[in-house]
Amino acid sequence: MTAVPAPAVTTDRRRLHVHETAIGDRIYEIVTTACALVIPALVIAIAIAVFAGAWPAFSKLGLSIVTSSDWDVRAGKFGAAPAIFGTLVSSALALVIATPLAIGVAIFLSEFSPTWLRQPIGFLVDLLAAVPSVVYGLWGIFVLVPLLREQVMPFLRDRLHLGATPFFSGPAYGPSMLAAGIILAIMALPYISAVSREVLMAVPRSQREAALALGATRWEMIRDAVIPYAKSGIIGGIMLGLGRALGETMAVTMVIGNRAEISASLFAPGYTMASLIANEFSEATSDLHLSALLAVGAILFVITLIVNAVARWLVWQVSRDRAV
Amino acid sequence: MKAVKLAVFVLFAVACAKEGNNSSTASSTSSSSGSVDLTGAGATFPYPLYSKWFDEYAKLTGVKINYQSIGSGGGIRQLSEGTVDFGASDSPMSDAELAKAKFGPILHIPTVLGAVVITYNIASLSAPLDLTPQVIADIFGGKITKWNDARIASLNPTASLPSSDILVVHRSDGSGTTYIFTDYLSTAVPSWKGTIGNGKEVNWPVGLGAKGNEGVAGQVKQTPGAIGYVELAYAKQNKLPIAAVKNKAGKFVIASVPAVTAAAAGVANTLPANTDFRVSVVDAPGPDAYPISSFTWILAYQHQRDSVKGKKLVDFLNWALTYGEPEAPSLDYGPLPSEMTPKVKAKVATIDFAGAK
Repeated sequence: MTAVPAPAVTTDRRRLHVHETAIGDRIYEIVTTACALVIPALVIAIAIAVFAGAWPAFSKLGLSIVTSSDWDVRAGKFGAAPAIFGTLVSSALALVIATPLAIGVAIFLSEFSPTWLRQPIGFLVDLLAAVPSVVYGLWGIFVLVPLLREQVMPFLRDRLHLGATPFFSGPAYGPSMLAAGIILAIMALPYISAVSREVLMAVPRSQREAALALGATRWEMIRDAVIPYAKSGIIGGIMLGLGRALGETMAVTMVIGNRAEISASLFAPGYTMASLIANEFSEATSDLHLSALLAVGAILFVITLIVNAVARWLVWQVSRDRAV
Repeated sequence: MKAVKLAVFVLFAVACAKEGNNSSTASSTSSSSGSVDLTGAGATFPYPLYSKWFDEYAKLTGVKINYQSIGSGGGIRQLSEGTVDFGASDSPMSDAELAKAKFGPILHIPTVLGAVVITYNIASLSAPLDLTPQVIADIFGGKITKWNDARIASLNPTASLPSSDILVVHRSDGSGTTYIFTDYLSTAVPSWKGTIGNGKEVNWPVGLGAKGNEGVAGQVKQTPGAIGYVELAYAKQNKLPIAAVKNKAGKFVIASVPAVTAAAAGVANTLPANTDFRVSVVDAPGPDAYPISSFTWILAYQHQRDSVKGKKLVDFLNWALTYGEPEAPSLDYGPLPSEMTPKVKAKVATIDFAGAK
């Protein structure tokens, strides 16, 4: 990695500094390299520990842990399909809600906002990221869930007649996939918005001026000159938000209803992988149960890894397109 | 490049070695340090009472006990591995779990009793709802789905029951509360035993899962038509409406500390002399017994490996059984029936230090 340019740098250093500083530099280099290596080593060690713990479940249950919907601890059946489904659906729902809002906020702040308003709004949006997730969960239980049950759900189902579709049908209990998606959207929003805002602000002034000079309206300028330039950064922000949504545990557990069933309706309660682990880990006594929970953790690990890989690929694709 | 690879390898090896050693270093530090004398881990349910006991005992004798309320499962696992001096559980260990313990036989020392109550949200009710085990099983099993079902109405002829749907709320996290509740239904209702059964987490056919007593209580409180189960102590401290449950003697009983102790008394008299106290007191005989009751246990190895710690543990258990018990009712736990205490103390006396260093 650093091996190739190293000789050139050292000769430069020798010319510029006295001997002691060179030793200082060397120590500095070793310390920072060690810091950089500890993190990957930690990730690998965690992965090994999780997969080793999960191995008995994988070898005994095979693929059924991913495909089966039957999670019955007493019968020794561990099918996590509803939890995997719930994690993916609630996170997707969160992105659908959060992305337009977050990008809207970012565009407003970078393009339209008067300067005096930019700081306070940006600060408040960023503050959303600092709220502990259990606080979101409490807010979910006491404010969001009753609001959904008494106002939003009946409105969607009966007034807008969306109850005819499978996605908004069934009784409105409150705790539901919809509640989880909304909570996650609020939690993911500041990440997407903060990254998008920064990349939009980093778009060179000349880019904007060129578009305006060609006779573009303000909206055309943003659409054709600013957003394409910032696209890869915005996608990176969305993926960061998705990462947050996939792993979130506490707030989701408090509002999703914890029911291991796959349902098309967003009004129905659901389950997520992180909630499943958090709920059952402390009282898991049988070895297979414990191993199955670690296996769910391993699957979540892999899903997060795939999401990150896809994000990298997307960012790379987008930036390559722009370069061409 | 080579150096980097080597460094990664060394770091990783160190990390692995550390991980492998973790448990042994943890236990050796706890035994050598002077600040904590005994460590325990396990059930969350008796934690408020235990922490009060430990606090008073430390003031009285200077013996400090560190208890981590990480859940019964974790307590059993840590005791089996020998990383704590004692464990605590809301459900008795199974034979398979006992067989896995690394340091010989484990004793179950009952400390206090807890109960599980049924709470509901029906605004139109003025008196407590009367329920039989069969009706409870049918509600939580999804066979009764409306509040004005004839099976509920016939038990409560004077109550004005709504025609709304019943929303069942159960625990989503593995818990001793669920164990006691499903153990009761398995004992009192044969059809429940064959289908859903008992456990710290079971496969509920209907309803929503909420985390913790506070989660269940919160969901029930918020949702008209909801029904759920929580610990007696939690329900009393939060003044939740609770149902009267028909006991084995045919009487409808509302849970209370005396009714819970009465349940244990009914069973205690029938215990054989050599009992291991892994007994269930659900659906107990006796006219005043509240049927959804259970012991909670402290778990300890019969053959202690460290005579100093072993002695401290035995002293504490004897103190708790003598002076700790009377404090239980103030925190809404049922004390052991008085006729049972000598038997439990006799069991504590069988703890020995023969193999100790």
